[in-house]
Amino acid sequence: MAEPKRNDDSMDATPNVTEVETADAATVAESVAAIEAPAQRGEPILQVRNLVKHFPLTQGILFKKQVGAVKAVDGVSFDLYQGETLGIVGESGCGKSTVAKLLMTLEQATAGEVFFKGQDITRLSGRALKAVRRNIQMVFQDPYTSLNPRMTVGDIIGEPFDIHPEVAPKGDRRRKVQELLDVVGLNPEYINRYPHQFSGGQRQRIGIARGLALNPEIIICDEPVSALDVSVQAQVINLMEKLQDEFNLSYIFIAHDLSIVRHISDRVGVMYLGKIAEIGTDTQIYDHPTHPYTQALLSAVPVPDPDAREGRDRIILSGDVPSPANPPSGCRFRTRCWKAQDKCATEVPLLAIPERFKGTDGHTAHESACHFAEERDVVHAA
Amino acid sequence: MLLEVRDLQVEFHTRDGVARAVNGVSYAVDAGETLAVLGESGSGKSVTAQAVMGILDMPPGRITGGQVLFQGRDLLRLKEEQRRRIRGAEMAMIFQDALSSLNPVLTVGAQLGEMFIVHRGMSRKQARAKAVELMDRVRIPAARERVDDYPHQFSGGMRQRIMIAMALALEPSLIIADEPTTALDVTVQAQVMDLLAELRRELNMGLILITHDLGVVADVADRIAVMYAGRIVETAPVYEIYRAPAHPYTRGLLRSIPRLDQKGRELYAIKGLPPNLLRIPPGCAFNPRCPMAQDVCRTEVPPLFEVAEAPGAAEGRRSACYFWEETLHG
Ligand SMILES: Nc1ncnc2c1ncn2[C@@H]1O[C@H](COP(=O)(O)OP(=O)(O)OP(=O)(O)O)[C@@H](O)[C@H]1O
Ligand SMILES: Nc1ncnc2c1ncn2[C@@H]1O[C@H](COP(=O)(O)OP(=O)(O)OP(=O)(O)O)[C@@H](O)[C@H]1O
Ligand code: SF4
Ligand code: SF4
Ligand SMILES: [Mg+2]
Ligand SMILES: [Mg+2]
Repeated sequence: MAEPKRNDDSMDATPNVTEVETADAATVAESVAAIEAPAQRGEPILQVRNLVKHFPLTQGILFKKQVGAVKAVDGVSFDLYQGETLGIVGESGCGKSTVAKLLMTLEQATAGEVFFKGQDITRLSGRALKAVRRNIQMVFQDPYTSLNPRMTVGDIIGEPFDIHPEVAPKGDRRRKVQELLDVVGLNPEYINRYPHQFSGGQRQRIGIARGLALNPEIIICDEPVSALDVSVQAQVINLMEKLQDEFNLSYIFIAHDLSIVRHISDRVGVMYLGKIAEIGTDTQIYDHPTHPYTQALLSAVPVPDPDAREGRDRIILSGDVPSPANPPSGCRFRTRCWKAQDKCATEVPLLAIPERFKGTDGHTAHESACHFAEERDVVHAA
Repeated sequence: MLLEVRDLQVEFHTRDGVARAVNGVSYAVDAGETLAVLGESGSGKSVTAQAVMGILDMPPGRITGGQVLFQGRDLLRLKEEQRRRIRGAEMAMIFQDALSSLNPVLTVGAQLGEMFIVHRGMSRKQARAKAVELMDRVRIPAARERVDDYPHQFSGGMRQRIMIAMALALEPSLIIADEPTTALDVTVQAQVMDLLAELRRELNMGLILITHDLGVVADVADRIAVMYAGRIVETAPVYEIYRAPAHPYTRGLLRSIPRLDQKGRELYAIKGLPPNLLRIPPGCAFNPRCPMAQDVCRTEVPPLFEVAEAPGAAEGRRSACYFWEETLHG
């Protein structure tokens, strides 16, 4: 499952990679050394710059011809700091999982760079790429289908060791897997059981144990608790926070549930149609949002209090999300934005601290891709 | 009462033994009312709904007791032929995963129209016009142009609205929605829930909403039934239960909700694991995880007690806990 679909050979076709391939052994050794050097707290461990992924749209059965492209990710930039959690939220289909796959090098970027400790992972191959892959692991959404039903829990958790035997030599694996089971709060005696013998929450713990197997520095969680009920969800989230402290992990946490994202994240990025609309600390985004899409998203979250039913200031968006194969010109949100002006159709708003908030202290001064950014508290307005 | 489930019991025969998935569930919904069913994963919410709809897998499932009274008739005593006529026409179900519930090789129009051809004896042309009307009703833009599209050509939110259109086609008096918005993001979820609420009012339908989302429940439900290990452990009007739960499991659930308006510290989590249905603990099934458990909880199954917050207060609240009073006021 976590085994990359793309092998190193296919990468050789790209010009960038050839460069690295022909690089002398000393350069490769330098890359590997940089990747394996301990990360510094408070430093960016991952720097994503203008990341783009277009999926070709083809027509014809025998002679496929490209008729367009799904612009799944279209110029995404952010930093992930050592030891922090960056939440990513946004509408279904806005490109969250595609970003995750690009960071995992499971998909090849159309353009842009991803620096892991200063090394551009979109251009690495061979030994250096393998070292990066060990350090960035993933936990998937669905605990019911992401685990192979015919493998025992021990085989599932130990599978990453087949690709990276240096982490756990053959004779040591069983002990290592039992240790991992213990770390995630499962009985080490369960090592020979099959996935169907576990509940949803327990299966999600198995997925996390597998993600931890190679001692990665970054774990990307794509909707890790969406299928769980709130009490089981709370157990899994508490476990993830404990492991983060214990192993100094950095998380990218993707989810639809904005409350759980606020709970676990230090910073949050809001995506819309392949771009980041707004990014900032949890306080900046939840208490001082300035982008209309973030405001609409937050106002749509149902509040677990029946007394709040009336008098809530809900922003109902009209229309459906436009197709990512043919996004609107200018601001991509303009077809659903109640504030759109002519300028929004002609000029792409850049993700930056809006001019008028620059130099102000306070929480409104954060990056927001809107020509007419203004603060509106929709979460506390009742 | 539109629907009344009384003491329903369902078992599954598995390789490892008999799993008692539903152990005496009773709940009721009136016309125009929304009942939310909450509870732990595996507590029997969907199985109960499937038994009501008559779509339970039998075998391995077996209904071993109880009644499902729909407009006064016990559905469990009807022949399959009679039940089929009720399904779709008088009660309908909406599932979580619209893509796998719609037929991928038939156009959306054909699937919607089919209902009118089978149940109402309409011609193809009439049925197609009806399909367009329904798509309009659930606000699919350009319904006339899109009626011949296939399910995969619609977005997730639109497919879910098409499922709702299908459930509403024959204007049933009861709809069961099993996690209808779990796969959707909040803005689409808001659209779908608003649509369901509006149609429920307009057609005076009863709605059973199964969900994990305590925000959605607070927003739309009139009454709540909370399930644990195949039983109802608490049932109450929505305002009362959020204000003061009368069962420790419900209290634990409500305390586990993360907050949108502030960051909060470590999340509260109910300790322990859900029970194995092959070996439900004696006494109260929640006792190994309950912070209030006493000796009596480990031996005697608690009945559903009437809960009165104050003498003579609103009736219709019940809790299956010996210590409901302490829970309510604690
Ligand atoms: N392999 C692929 N080929 C073509 N299009 C793709 C492919 N993978 C994803 N897409 C498209 O790219 C867009 C972004 O998809 P992605 O899965 O990243 O969304 P997401 O934000 O994770 O959505 P969700 O919240 O529903 O999981 C979608 O329009 C999707 O249909
Ligand atoms: N076909 C089946 N065979 C055997 N056991 C089954 C079958 N269908 C359901 N069960 C069992 O019955 C129990 C109740 O399942 P049900 O689907 O009603 O749970 P639920 O409350 O809807 O949970 P969730 O919130 O996860 O959907 C579960 O333990 C499940 O494993
Ligand atoms: S740039 Fe214009 S269309 Fe885009 S969010 Fe801002 S106001 Fe709306
Ligand atoms: S009956 Fe006892 S064990 Fe069960 S919920 Fe009440 S106090 Fe807890
Ligand atoms: Mg996704
Ligand atoms: Mg269910």
